[in-house]
Amino acid sequence: MSETEKKNQSSTHKIGIYLWIWGLLFVLSFFSYLVDWYQFQGLLRWSLILIFMFLKAGLIMAFFMHLFWERYALVNVLLWPMTAIACFIFLMVAEYKYTVFTRLFYFFVGG
Amino acid sequence: MSDPKIDGLELKPGFKGMAEDTGSDQTMFKGVHWGKAMMWIFLLSDTFIFSCFLISYMKGRGSTPVEWPNPSEVFALDAFGVPVPLLLIAIMTFVLITSSGTMALAVKYGYEKNRKMCGWLVLATAIGGLTFVGMQAFEWSKLIHEGVRPWENPFGAAQFGSFFFMITGFHGTHVSIGVIFLFIYAYKVFAGHYDDQKRGWFTSMKGDYVEIEILGLYWHFVDLVWVFIFAFFYLW
Repeated sequence: MSETEKKNQSSTHKIGIYLWIWGLLFVLSFFSYLVDWYQFQGLLRWSLILIFMFLKAGLIMAFFMHLFWERYALVNVLLWPMTAIACFIFLMVAEYKYTVFTRLFYFFVGG
Repeated sequence: MSDPKIDGLELKPGFKGMAEDTGSDQTMFKGVHWGKAMMWIFLLSDTFIFSCFLISYMKGRGSTPVEWPNPSEVFALDAFGVPVPLLLIAIMTFVLITSSGTMALAVKYGYEKNRKMCGWLVLATAIGGLTFVGMQAFEWSKLIHEGVRPWENPFGAAQFGSFFFMITGFHGTHVSIGVIFLFIYAYKVFAGHYDDQKRGWFTSMKGDYVEIEILGLYWHFVDLVWVFIFAFFYLW
């Protein structure tokens, strides 16, 4: 396939979708700032932070980075490795809990 | 962008299409420019680097019995004599999202061969990025004046400084590199390199507006990483 043919493949999307996503990102960022402003604590704080974070990340990847319109061959190559990161997080959570336990145990109980 | 059309080849959608794309004896990523596929692979590796930083931060913060500094107070800024929590960080977040939006529009106008609009939007993105780096430099110097070092700080656990400088520094480096390339590409768009299919410096590839999309992927990724840093480092 020559390079001139390739050029005609990519279609563009309506400007509205970008402006919508842009606006949503602003609103979501504002909400996550409000989480700190109102000093929510505990489980409510963490769940709100995570929800807004994943929504923002998803919108950016799906629409700004066009993943929503890409073929599954590319999307799956990019998204499945994230399970390895989730696995690593799981392992390190177990690790830090063990570390802080042994530290507190030896600092205060004295071994 | 959207399902590509290749002459004499019918592409199936969904998982069936994925199986056929992957199993075909030609290119695996059908209709995706090789530069774009490579940028995605690079971003995937970069994702792992930033994940390792954030996971080590989680591990460091979780495993110290000393109290962690309260980011809401550490990063507060006095506005008219009143300390506002995370003020600078919030502005930085909005600036970065704005630049991400202008970049998305630049990609759109690039594909529509609208040279002027594309150029101005890439330039606006570059200026947004520069503003972000400037504010980050201000934030760093403020904290350094307050005595935050990689090995100690007056607010709490000593590990705070090393994670802060490492994570935001690495992100800031990415932004700075992005800004340099945005300025270069703004020039290339205005000079008409993509309309004339002028060849690049490092490659014999003919210039094409797909390069703006590749640059856009990098820039959106920088914004994406900031979303995670903002959530885990500043809000948590």
